[in-house]
Amino acid sequence: MSGSLTDDSLASAGQLRLTWLRFKRHKLAFVSLFIVILFYLVAIFADFLAINDPHAVDARRGYLPPQAVHFFDSDGFNPHVSGMKGQRDMKTFKQVYVPDPNKKLSVTLFARGYEYELFGLISTDRHLIGLAKPELLDGIYLLGTDALGRDLFSRVMVATRISLSIGLASVSLSLVLGILLGGISGLYGGLVDLFIQRVIEIIRSIPTIPLWMGLAAALPNTWSVIQVYFAITLIISLIGWTELARVVRGRFLALREEDFVIAAELVGASQFRIMLRHMLPSFTSHVIAAVSLALPAMIISETSLSFLGLGLRPPAISWGILLQDAQNVQVLAGAPWLLLAAVPVIVVILAFNFLGDGLRDAADPYG
Amino acid sequence: MNVLEVSGLSKHFPIVAGILRREIGRVRAADDVNFVIEKGKTLALVGESGCGKTTVARCILRALRPTAGAIRFAPDDERMIDLAPLSRSALRPLRRHIQLIFQDPYASLNPRMMVGDIIAEPLVVTGVPGPEREARVRELLDLVGLPAVARLRFPHAFSGGQRQRIGIARALALNPRLIVADEPVSALDVSVQAQIINLLLDLQDRLGLSMLFVAHDLGVVRHVSDRVAVMYVGRIVEVAPTTELYATPLHPYTRALLAAVPKADPEARDAITAPRGEVADPANPPPGCAFNPRCPFVIDRCRQDRPELVEVAPGHLSACFRATELMA
Repeated sequence: MSGSLTDDSLASAGQLRLTWLRFKRHKLAFVSLFIVILFYLVAIFADFLAINDPHAVDARRGYLPPQAVHFFDSDGFNPHVSGMKGQRDMKTFKQVYVPDPNKKLSVTLFARGYEYELFGLISTDRHLIGLAKPELLDGIYLLGTDALGRDLFSRVMVATRISLSIGLASVSLSLVLGILLGGISGLYGGLVDLFIQRVIEIIRSIPTIPLWMGLAAALPNTWSVIQVYFAITLIISLIGWTELARVVRGRFLALREEDFVIAAELVGASQFRIMLRHMLPSFTSHVIAAVSLALPAMIISETSLSFLGLGLRPPAISWGILLQDAQNVQVLAGAPWLLLAAVPVIVVILAFNFLGDGLRDAADPYG
Repeated sequence: MNVLEVSGLSKHFPIVAGILRREIGRVRAADDVNFVIEKGKTLALVGESGCGKTTVARCILRALRPTAGAIRFAPDDERMIDLAPLSRSALRPLRRHIQLIFQDPYASLNPRMMVGDIIAEPLVVTGVPGPEREARVRELLDLVGLPAVARLRFPHAFSGGQRQRIGIARALALNPRLIVADEPVSALDVSVQAQIINLLLDLQDRLGLSMLFVAHDLGVVRHVSDRVAVMYVGRIVEVAPTTELYATPLHPYTRALLAAVPKADPEARDAITAPRGEVADPANPPPGCAFNPRCPFVIDRCRQDRPELVEVAPGHLSACFRATELMA
């Protein structure tokens, strides 16, 4: 750091630019940022990316193994999948599938499929890929199907929406609670602080799974998918806010003693102005970092709750619900592809953790 | 006339323990402190770390509420207001008249604000309209010797000395009557220290500022102050005009501090006569004179009675039983 008054670009760079410059140096976090963005794009365009109706049931194609798309045949470039023929294995009475050499199903972009509403507004039936001439029982099953013949790939796409949005919703709720209670705790101190801190310690000392089980069991059976969704969000964020409240309180306590805050007080600035102009900008970056570290925990929470059958229930589709199908060892032996639903969970959690790490390091570019 | 009259100022911090926050003792950070600052003059407040000089400064700025005593301040030539009992809201209109220059030029500037906004903040708070503000910021930057483009940059683009200039510009923005400088140069390089000291002297001349200059050694103080007050464990032990204090120190502690000032003479390698022992604990000061365990001139009376600050020579006060003997 020098007093060179000629180097203009860095000298007049604001906090956002400095944070960005520092963040970019963290390669892993930088890559993770794109992965996370990709996942949220999938969540937004889930139905467009899905190939088959994720709810469509057909027992005649249960446990169909993953199919590959072939790009070339004897005539040159011609993306297609082979048609599958179901047969009974007469020894085991198991349904087995063999490719039908006579049936070649062409794949095209922007094909017509099931109807859905893009962004919940625009009614359309276009999908990224699909069969050129769809007929009954034909389809592309990139990740195979489950027991009821539902397309796993399409279900993973649609599940991304619920699993990622429940994380966001829980974090937003925790953030409101955390900033409010952490702020009060840090700003007023004294007995209020003492009380809030003890409450946080008590909440954090309760084992989470039994607590969730108790709360989730209290949800009435008759509730609709939407109601359960919000109830689960509430349950998850009830615990998640404690960590954020601690971060906010810590920042408040530290900032109160900062010289530049005292300087503002000494010129007669109001409390409100000090909070808005001096304190808030100094801890937003820390809060963002804390949020990106809290998000994966929320996503895991939803997944494990649903996996245990305590969270969302079918017909809702989330990663946890997809993994529920993979609970049984016998099923897994016959249809190991059902475990593929765990891959997006692992990838997104890792990406969020790296992203949070990078953000935390970059949060204070002046440190 | 006096700009500031401090009398009987005490600040005690309670030591609490247990859940019920029972008070088990007190740190007497400042105890019965008295001094005045004349208009346009500088008083230096000197003492080792932990002697309470910063506490006194923060009480005058009313960043702390004093336990006892009066801080009478003249915001203009007519009024004299006691700041000690005032509430937060009653203080706000008076704050503009007393401003602080911080010790640490790195922590005292908000890294997220542009220099122009930092200097303009006091103006915004007091409701100065936009165009006037802009002109005033340029004027202030010029006053402290920084180019006008500096206002579009962030503090991280500046060196320690330049940052301290920005801090000074902010302190001067509202034309204060009294500047409290809390060790304004102790965090800077020696070469930069001189620049900042000269700037302060120059500004004091031009603007007729009164100043309380807090320092931890007697080295820099000689050049800035008209009078010097020496503090030890929360109390003032000697006050005198600067030249007189350096010529005839009338308290053993002042002597020790003077001996600790490094001399720019490689031949003068006399033995360092640093006071023995540690600074007394302000939560548990020794009986009698707080300096008695370290004092080379200690007599029995020093261990029983506490010497009051009395005028030994005209304008020269000392809190030592043997002050008259030291004069000889």
